[in-house]
Amino acid sequence: MQVKQASINGDNMAGLTLYDKVWQQHVVREESDGTALLYIDRHLVHEVTSPQAFEGLQLNQRPLWRKQSILAVPDHNVPTTDRSQGISDPVSRLQVETLDENCDSFGLTEFKMHDRRQGIVHVIGPEQGATLPGMTVVCGDSHTSTHGAFAALAFGIGTSEVEHVMATQCLIQNKSKNMRVTVQGSVGKGVTAKDIVLAIIGEIGTAGGTGYAIEFAGEAIRNLSMEGRMTVCNMTIEAGARAGMIACDQTTIDYIEGRPYAPAAEYWQQAVDYWQTLHSDDDAVFDREVVIDAAAIEPQVTWGTSPEMVIPVNARVPDPAGESDQVKASGMQKALQYMGLEANTAINQIPVDRVFIGSCTNSRIEDLRAAADIARGRQVADNVKQALVVPGSGLVKAQAEQEGLDQVFLQAGFEWREPGCSMCLAMNADRLEAGERCASTSNRNFEGRQGQGGRTHLVSPAMAAAAAVFGHFTDIRQLD
Amino acid sequence: MEKFTNFSAVVAPMDRPNVDTDAIIPKQYLKSIKRSGFGPNLFDDWRYLDPGAPGIDNSQRRVDPDFVLNQAPYDQAQILLARENFGCGSSREHAVWALADFGFKVVIAPSFADIFFNNSFKSGLLPIVLDSAEVDQLFSEVYADPGYQLGIDLEQQLVITAAGNQLGFEIDEFRKYCLLHGLDDIGLTLQHAEDIRAFEQQYYQQSPWLK
Ligand code: SF4
Repeated sequence: MQVKQASINGDNMAGLTLYDKVWQQHVVREESDGTALLYIDRHLVHEVTSPQAFEGLQLNQRPLWRKQSILAVPDHNVPTTDRSQGISDPVSRLQVETLDENCDSFGLTEFKMHDRRQGIVHVIGPEQGATLPGMTVVCGDSHTSTHGAFAALAFGIGTSEVEHVMATQCLIQNKSKNMRVTVQGSVGKGVTAKDIVLAIIGEIGTAGGTGYAIEFAGEAIRNLSMEGRMTVCNMTIEAGARAGMIACDQTTIDYIEGRPYAPAAEYWQQAVDYWQTLHSDDDAVFDREVVIDAAAIEPQVTWGTSPEMVIPVNARVPDPAGESDQVKASGMQKALQYMGLEANTAINQIPVDRVFIGSCTNSRIEDLRAAADIARGRQVADNVKQALVVPGSGLVKAQAEQEGLDQVFLQAGFEWREPGCSMCLAMNADRLEAGERCASTSNRNFEGRQGQGGRTHLVSPAMAAAAAVFGHFTDIRQLD
Repeated sequence: MEKFTNFSAVVAPMDRPNVDTDAIIPKQYLKSIKRSGFGPNLFDDWRYLDPGAPGIDNSQRRVDPDFVLNQAPYDQAQILLARENFGCGSSREHAVWALADFGFKVVIAPSFADIFFNNSFKSGLLPIVLDSAEVDQLFSEVYADPGYQLGIDLEQQLVITAAGNQLGFEIDEFRKYCLLHGLDDIGLTLQHAEDIRAFEQQYYQQSPWLK
């Protein structure tokens, strides 16, 4: 009842949130139970969640509603090593070939594996200017929330919904509630967007955002670059919210200008004028508000098998004995067992076996620069079997090579790879062996995520590079 | 999609919070380009002692006898009783396909992850939210009686215990209607094709840069 009241206020008296505004712009029709038919502007497609959708269209002989809304790319299954021989795993190959065939036969734009624009779907959308403020953006992938950094309403969908958008350009949706997370003040040295979002998840929990669209606000968020904002919005789903958004400002507009899919010159000013309205009104009402003090955020490291199991780098692994909630305590116990950790161990004493720098969370040029700054002039520690750097796209890779970052990494003993999802979810050949421990810049530390029995600790790019060169988690604020 | 009808069935307990989609169906099985056949690999890492991959004969793998779905009568269960934030993680609908393919028709939990919740309806899997106290109570009843069954009445929106207790649950009218009639929502949406076209006309006039 209370929730209803708030939304009535939202419509009539109080101002609108950013989410309300973008939502309203896209409602095609509304049913009496509040279910809406929502129009979709941009549909990103990859090889894993699309084959059954294309098959459904073909079986029912349904055409695609709006081909130009689709941008497709293979990313999950592509090898990150030499691609001249194609994909050796026949099952992965079939999935990528199926995407190629579907895109060819339906006449869709696809950046195929050998295209230099190929990359992780959530990296290439913004990079191409295919993600614009005020858009609704969907993809059969939960990290679609990334695109909310552009004041877009962006969320992941399942394969049936992929098919639904292909056939109708719409989705049947229920409006979420509004939550605002305000990160006040500015962060200290060495604290990145990744640490901010991990700290937020630590605070509200992995189900804290369930049922909400989250708007990230406050000085610390406004001070982030677009890449940092994408990192924050990327992990919104790890807090349970399908969509995370950040208001449009000059940083957003500057980033978009000149990109291949950005509005043509004659429409540019008109688009910018509209984009500048894409922020919550001063008197907007949120169903839930969370305020976080930026200055208190330290570099973060996850210790368990859920992103909410996160602590500052100088803290100790928590003890389930101190947890009064029985279900939680047993969850912690299971996590410690899986992670091969004792309660009360200092995080910065934990050695790692592998390091992964990449994924749609942290594989953009600024991420690679931050990692290279730590790697420069140092060497990967002896106990680290492998340290992988996987750029988010072919264009990010080219940029990094132009800046000489590849050489920095290679000289320090890191491996420099071709773009893709790689060890973020280990659908290709890059993976952890059972029992191996990894410092990873990705977004999920679930059991088996990076390989069966593998143990994942989520960190920022600089923290991952530091773990590689020191062989254990290290507070980067103590380095020069 | 099949119509959802009232039924009673054995309840399997899945007693941990945050059961994620990687646990429900590990990533190696996502390479399939089909929609069926995921049931044997539901909860694969927990169910089998030997590692699995597409193409490996599951009957040759050692099962973990301690895992609940490997034990009778839970191997025949059609209702899964779970803890908070069930289905968190990725958007993979394969998680729902795997549960449905195994034979589950209902998952009961105090809360679900949004995308999983949404996906469930598309394959006729009904996610039921009950409050934590009710879920706690059901867990203790299931543990006390391994063959424990629950009745599900979607029309009346009720979970019915063997003792005859009725637990009500919420569901959107539209979703209920689709489940009860086994309707495909693409067909329903296409009935509004004229509305979509009218919307587009006005929309692209207003935002010509998107055209
Ligand atoms: S990088 Fe990881 S999280 Fe991102 S789309 Fe790929 S698999 Fe998903």
